Amino acid sequence: MSATLKDATAIVGIGQTAFAKQLVEDEKTLACRAILAALEDAGIAPAEVDAFASYTMEDTDEVEIAKAIGAGDVTFFSKVGYGGGGSCATVGHLAAAVATGQANVGIAWRSRKRGSGPRPWKNTRAQLPTPAQWTRPFGLLRPADEIAMLTRRYMHEYGATRDHLFNVALACRNRANQNPAAMMYERPLTREMYMTSRWISEPLCLFDNCLETDGALAVVIVSADRARDCPQRPVYVHSVAQGLPSQHHGMVNYWNEDPLSGPSWAAAQHLWKQADFGPEDVDVAQIYDAFTPLIPLSLEGYGFCGRGEGAAYTEGGALEIGGRLPLNTSGGGLSEAYVHGFNLITEGVKQLRGSSTAQVPDAATCLVTAGEGVPTSAVLLRS
Amino acid sequence: MTTMRTPTAKTAKTAKTAKEATTAKTGPTAPRTVTDGGLLLPVPDADGAPFWEYAARGELRVQACAAPDCGELRFPPRPCCPHCRSFDSEWRLMSGRGRVWSYVRPHPPLLPAYAEQAPYHVILVEPADAPGIRLAGNLVSAAGAALDSVDPERLRIGARVQVVFTELDGVALPQWVLERAS
Repeated sequence: MSATLKDATAIVGIGQTAFAKQLVEDEKTLACRAILAALEDAGIAPAEVDAFASYTMEDTDEVEIAKAIGAGDVTFFSKVGYGGGGSCATVGHLAAAVATGQANVGIAWRSRKRGSGPRPWKNTRAQLPTPAQWTRPFGLLRPADEIAMLTRRYMHEYGATRDHLFNVALACRNRANQNPAAMMYERPLTREMYMTSRWISEPLCLFDNCLETDGALAVVIVSADRARDCPQRPVYVHSVAQGLPSQHHGMVNYWNEDPLSGPSWAAAQHLWKQADFGPEDVDVAQIYDAFTPLIPLSLEGYGFCGRGEGAAYTEGGALEIGGRLPLNTSGGGLSEAYVHGFNLITEGVKQLRGSSTAQVPDAATCLVTAGEGVPTSAVLLRS
Repeated sequence: MTTMRTPTAKTAKTAKTAKEATTAKTGPTAPRTVTDGGLLLPVPDADGAPFWEYAARGELRVQACAAPDCGELRFPPRPCCPHCRSFDSEWRLMSGRGRVWSYVRPHPPLLPAYAEQAPYHVILVEPADAPGIRLAGNLVSAAGAALDSVDPERLRIGARVQVVFTELDGVALPQWVLERAS
């Protein structure tokens, strides 16, 4: 039995809309624009599309998208749960479908008006994906509060400081300052700004939180054979994994033996097992950054450092261009756009094509991750 | 059991107050999710309901496996035991004492009823008799006091706390006070 997804498929097209606090067009229109841009980039006609994958939180559906873009008969469609944890899994599901012959041309997409639309936590009726009865009545209302709880403990256990979190925020902002498409393109960040900014949920301040963005993105996935005929340099899906660890509870991971080791650890184990290379061979990383503390946690989970060493890893410019592990080179969710991590996937593709606005010289391998703290997913890309 | 349940459900449907009617937007049987003041009420699921019923009696209880050779505690409650897969469970009385495992201080933007009291403390408590289970709650100066009633200087990881119970529009809610009053 040698069935494997390794390098069997490739991302051959990427597309995106503008990113802004408020865009005029609705989510469906934005989705169509991003998808059509990705298909144009791939040199593939929309009528050839026969597979779709997105998030369960995506409000535009396959039926509407397929008929709007003029897709053909669709033979595979899937949606992945747990908010931003599903980002890389959309690529994984399509890779599996294409590699096993269930479809030929797959589209993964995310369109979201989170900038001008409602904040999900303001809904007082919905039982959010977290078990709300145990947390929300006490004013633990927002994802930021839930993650801040783990962050405080992480700082206590491992001696992490706000300066470590600032290192993450700064690296992302510096890359956004190189990226004209980023919402924070012309907005440099200083340590003083960070340290004096308002609190959102102590110990997390404003700059520890991602942006709120309107925007849409899409990628096109085909077989490796087909990819070689496409105009862009293929970016291969080398390894992909989802992760829901034993006795995990989502962002309120408070009720097991070890709340500070999350889904990244589970996804990483499977991801590296299938790969021809390890963490030390990753040239550039796009790590899900809804909140700065997710970076040190993910660095540990994906094996870039040992347990409790994630904060220290960020020191000495490690996450900057030229550092040990250049991070979120478009600016990420913290400083380019927060579209549930989909911009991390497209930026990974740009790095391996050599077309990033903050290009890592000769980048040939890239780790892209989905949200740590929720059932997650990750993908290793290679050129 | 059936005869008891049917009239209760009918009563709940017909005896709905005006406030409940305005709160419930998705149907006549939807439970209340907020107090008159806008604080969120616990919305128990079938597994969690006993916790809140015991809380109403002033008891902090945690679900435990009732299989004779297991007895493991589990939280949040669920239908069967992840250790031995038994569907028999019981609710074990806790001493109500514990230590702060972590805490946050939320600041706005928040729901209005919480923003009024912000910044306040939300703590995670490791009960003395249930290590590995961490209950979220508010640290207050006394049962029913405002969410911001404790001086932040007095809060640290490891602080000893004791459960108390308060009532929110008829729903019992556990809260926590510091063991040392000053």
